[in-house]
Amino acid sequence: MHPAFSVIFLTTLIGVGQGLFLALFTVESYSAFGLLPPQDSRFYALGSALALGFLVAGLIASFFHLGHPERAWRSAAKWRTSWLSREVIVLPAFMGTVLLYGAAHFTGFNPALATLPSGAAVNVTAILGVAGTALAFALFVCTGMIYACLRFLQEWHTPLTVINYTLFGGASGFLLASGLASIMAPDMTRFYAGWTLILVLLALVGRAASLLRNARLKPKSSMRTAIGVKHPRIVQKAQGAMGGSFNTREFFHGQSAALLRQVKWVFLILVFPLPVGLLAGGVAMESPALLLAAFVVQYLGLLMERWFFFAQANHPQNLYYQAVS
Amino acid sequence: MTQLALVIDLNVCVGCHACVTSCKEWNTSGQAGPLSDFDPYGADPTGTFFNRVQTFEVGEFPNTETVHFPKSCLHCEEPPCVPVCPTGASYKRAEDGIVLVDYDKCIGCKYCSWACPYGAREIDEKQKVMKKCTLCVDRIYDTALAERDRKPACVLACPTSARLFGDVHDPESEVSVAIREGGGYPLMPEWGTQPANHYLPRRKTKLRIHEDELVRADNPLKVDGKLPKPAKAEPSLDDVTSW
Repeated sequence: MHPAFSVIFLTTLIGVGQGLFLALFTVESYSAFGLLPPQDSRFYALGSALALGFLVAGLIASFFHLGHPERAWRSAAKWRTSWLSREVIVLPAFMGTVLLYGAAHFTGFNPALATLPSGAAVNVTAILGVAGTALAFALFVCTGMIYACLRFLQEWHTPLTVINYTLFGGASGFLLASGLASIMAPDMTRFYAGWTLILVLLALVGRAASLLRNARLKPKSSMRTAIGVKHPRIVQKAQGAMGGSFNTREFFHGQSAALLRQVKWVFLILVFPLPVGLLAGGVAMESPALLLAAFVVQYLGLLMERWFFFAQANHPQNLYYQAVS
Repeated sequence: MTQLALVIDLNVCVGCHACVTSCKEWNTSGQAGPLSDFDPYGADPTGTFFNRVQTFEVGEFPNTETVHFPKSCLHCEEPPCVPVCPTGASYKRAEDGIVLVDYDKCIGCKYCSWACPYGAREIDEKQKVMKKCTLCVDRIYDTALAERDRKPACVLACPTSARLFGDVHDPESEVSVAIREGGGYPLMPEWGTQPANHYLPRRKTKLRIHEDELVRADNPLKVDGKLPKPAKAEPSLDDVTSW
């Protein structure tokens, strides 16, 4: 497939936003049960604003993918059948929840609505946080399923697609939360760094599994089924147009196989070992700069990872477009 | 229920592209606006087409065969492009099974083209909406046209009648008979899209001649020896005896 930068930025940016929100509410729920010291509400408010910023940036990026962005509102119509439509509904709902969650912390409007048997208070932010967490995971599922539901894009048609979108979003969000905590809530830095490490390792396992799976894929379609002639040797001599078409542009990455391999190794380094090293250094030296550098490095790696995700997918329509003439 | 479709006979198609040009002519002139072209007379022309004829070489020299392969939307009975559309712009008509795009609802997200394994959909880079074969829906129901002209432009243009048009759900229709009796097959059946369009395979017309047919045992023209001369006393029949 042709990797569209609008979609690359959309999926990576909202992933950071979702992960950051999950990171914020993780600490809030830990502290609600007394497992962590309570944090200043400014930390949550600023974190939510940052998460919202990433979500808005992703949403803006997505509009560049559309031929008619002014009609984007129509895309909420077919949520019964289309994962894209579901994402279009869940993303604004999640953004609204993050906004309310941040606003509740910012204004300090946080009355206890109920009390659990254990004595822990259920605040407005707890309700919003639980709703936001559910929506964040729903959004990961929607985003992943947009790709995983296309059954003839065999590289994508696997539960690993959804799992990896979730893990990458979580890892990058928790990594950003580590950086944010090192500035605003230093006693939380190690907590976040620990979770970041776990998520990065899980993401490594998930991505390695999908890379191994895709390397062993056997394409279901062949020239024989594409034109229905039962012969092992079928060579295209003309594709019906000399100057290229939508079909030759949209479904090819246009780069060499060697570059594809290089991008794979570069993203594997940028997403996994390098940020982990910077994270360890940042925690050991208590350096916010190193932690933020770790996030930036990993985000660049995630851009390349998403580019590779698209470029690696081989659409069966390419069987019809192998030779110009 | 009706399912209109094309049946394309690969045994008859000569690859003349008449269906491509007539399709483009009809559909670029319609109410829905042109099928945009860019740089049509320049070095790098590109444009939107509903139908393309591709050419494949089957086999290895000298035993090769050229297959001309017209490709357009197959109007699948389980169209994978329809449920993925977030706006409902892409839809399958219940009354005749044609898969259509509502150009006024399409947001140009290209997701339907990702969901089509055949590459049947092309975005119009000028109108920024997804376009595809409509089976000339603006022609086939036009009562202002003569009955014989109410067919897709490609079908009317084909000089070898390689393209048949009709209802594949009616077992007695021309297309159903052609599929049933001519071995019609769908493309990429492995994805379960159940394309309505079918293709008829290449057929070799072979003349089987046996050895004894080349040298006939009873060949009246072969040079025979002279028959023995019958005795004078034997009865003679002019036709069966000779002197």
